[in-house]
Amino acid sequence: MNVAAWLVWGFAATVVLTTLLQGSQAANLTRINLPYLLGTMVTPDRDRARVVGIALHLVIGWIFSFVYVASFHLLDLATWWWGALVGLVHGTFVVTAALPALPGLHPRMAGETRGPTVARSLEPPGFLGLHYGPRTPISLLFSHLVYGAILGAFYPL
Amino acid sequence: MDRPCIDDYAPIGDGRSLALVSRRGSIDWLCWPRIDSPSLFGRLLDPDAGHWSIRPVGALLPRWRYLPGTNLLSTRWEGEGARIEVIDWMPVTSEAEKRRQLWPENALLRRVRCERGPALLEIEFAPRPGWGAALVRSNDWGAIRRLETRAGMLALSSDRPMPDGERWLLRLDSGESCTFLLTRSAEAPAVLPPPAPFADATFDASARWWREWASLLRYDGPWRDQVVRSALAVKLLTFAPSGAIVAAGTTSLPERIGGDLNWDYRFCWVRDAALTTRALLSLGYEPEAEAFASWMLHTTRLTRPEMKVLYDVYGRSPADEKVLPRRGYRDSRPVRINNAAAAQLQLDAYGEVIDAVAQLVRRGRRLDGETARMLADFGRFVCRNWERPDSGIWEPRGAPRHHTHSKVLCWVALERLLEMHDRGALRLRDVERFRANRDWLARLIHTRGWNPRLQSFVQTLDGDVVDASALLFGWYGFTTTHDERMRATARRILERLSPAPGLLYRYEQSRAAGEGAFILCSYWYAKHLARGGGALDEAEAWFAAATAHASDLGLLAEEIDPASGMQLGNFPQAFSHIGLIGAALAIEERRHAERRRHASARAARHALSPASAPPQEGAKP
Repeated sequence: MNVAAWLVWGFAATVVLTTLLQGSQAANLTRINLPYLLGTMVTPDRDRARVVGIALHLVIGWIFSFVYVASFHLLDLATWWWGALVGLVHGTFVVTAALPALPGLHPRMAGETRGPTVARSLEPPGFLGLHYGPRTPISLLFSHLVYGAILGAFYPL
Repeated sequence: MDRPCIDDYAPIGDGRSLALVSRRGSIDWLCWPRIDSPSLFGRLLDPDAGHWSIRPVGALLPRWRYLPGTNLLSTRWEGEGARIEVIDWMPVTSEAEKRRQLWPENALLRRVRCERGPALLEIEFAPRPGWGAALVRSNDWGAIRRLETRAGMLALSSDRPMPDGERWLLRLDSGESCTFLLTRSAEAPAVLPPPAPFADATFDASARWWREWASLLRYDGPWRDQVVRSALAVKLLTFAPSGAIVAAGTTSLPERIGGDLNWDYRFCWVRDAALTTRALLSLGYEPEAEAFASWMLHTTRLTRPEMKVLYDVYGRSPADEKVLPRRGYRDSRPVRINNAAAAQLQLDAYGEVIDAVAQLVRRGRRLDGETARMLADFGRFVCRNWERPDSGIWEPRGAPRHHTHSKVLCWVALERLLEMHDRGALRLRDVERFRANRDWLARLIHTRGWNPRLQSFVQTLDGDVVDASALLFGWYGFTTTHDERMRATARRILERLSPAPGLLYRYEQSRAAGEGAFILCSYWYAKHLARGGGALDEAEAWFAAATAHASDLGLLAEEIDPASGMQLGNFPQAFSHIGLIGAALAIEERRHAERRRHASARAARHALSPASAPPQEGAKP
């Protein structure tokens, strides 16, 4: 395994993923802000949560890229389309399983069965993250697909 | 059979969904899993759209009440030597408690106790999911009646045998009781607790939760019972997972019996923001006010700097308005779901949202950078768009017009932003532009929004129609209630819009349209009087007259038919209850102010009287 290439391209792909997600929020395509969502697990301060969340997202993205690299080695195949396919599976897992389960993990997120106690907490994302806007799953899937494509295209076997 | 009146219903709920129980012991409205889901019981809108009734056979008369300080409903039937009590509730408890044990996703409990018997009960369980149109697959399993629906599995269980069929009889002797538990589960395995032990455990827990919540209410005036009931009604309309507050718990209850003014109110109108936030903050419900403001700011992000008129409980735009093939409440058709008003331009919403945030800032809430930027963007949108005609607060479905109330709320938006800028809560790059627009708006409203012939602020610029929304101009701080123009406007509104003491139409077109008097406007008038527009006893008398139209449980819909006194429109209505709370608080504030003034005057008189005057030099002691 080429550790230097994994570190460099894992980082680069995560930066692009984070930028795409932030961009789609800025363009009002979705309300989801993944770094903010991660950061609020650590701090309720919105401004600080964003900074902490970006750092967390970079670290998590780096770790996940290891799985991608492992799949490249396992199949001896590292192309943009294979990376994109792995990204698609990854993104599908995020929107269908990880996001809906998040209220169980996130200390500041309300669950779908919360009530009647109200707290100033984060809304649950719901299935496919649709509570954050109808284009949320598209935005998440697309950014994960690009993440995988970058890794597949640039990681040298 | 004639349908019950709207105020013959009582809501129960759990902060996510709401049911309406009729005085005759029938649940005629229940939307699960959420307050805005399709109905499971919808007899409110069509005799064939499902219901669940438990009532004694024979001529027993019902008397009902909420257990004090709760949303647990008790209906006691008495007559023919028998007395039974039915208690209906949706179980609630703290989030910590829910983590300790398994709770059904949705649950509704009905407990029947025979206090004096024997009594024969007729039970009808006829769920009709999907507005009465969906197919139901029955899958009974032992003592549990199971129904597979698109919204999940419904399970009805009881500690008494339930024969086949939708209708059966049950005999109870003195001292006997029977519990029914209806649950909904989207996920398998479903949580199916045994009905009686679950009822025993959740009855106390639910009553305690509601009482603790009600005990937080900060109001000790003479209308405490009404204010507590109103707060509990608003709480039932609060969707806890997001903090959103829906306008009402139903769709298509008519503003005119047999007419077509039937709308879906199970959405959140951002315009309700300022009034609701101020009322909740004044009552001491900071978490609810903060959650609602956060929901609003979160929700409006997708469409910023434009704001939709209404959103669903998760902040999404409603789907296209649809008409359901149902009979309607007392044949009032069409039965609509979703709401086409979402597409209108209503400029007043900007002022409401910005004012709500300003209230929180006044109480020390810090704004993060993104929220501050968003508010500033709203302000710039107002600067660019206030000259446009809009649909205004009453959202009629005609051509947009230049509504005076909307212009005042645009003024409020800019005024509050400048206030927050001065407090350092946010930084505006274009302060001068905001000031110039605000001042221009003030001049415009005072010249073209004021009709010198009528001596009144009017509905539209250069118009000659009186509108009750002008009663709020003093409350928003655009002018003061003492101001001569406001006093004259209030006089004109009373003269033209009041069909009886305590009642006001919202505008002059209401009578011709056959609408009822608008409950919220009645409370605006009471508030106007309390805030200096009249004497304290006038405000109290008006408030009492308006509140006399509430149901015997203290609940309010949207309107009152002045001829029959019957309630009209969706029910219960958050805005009517917020109006009641706001007026009661304003009256209490005035009462305290007058007491302080009288005390000061007494102290001053006492100080000046010879007996208490300090001995003068040379005077005898």
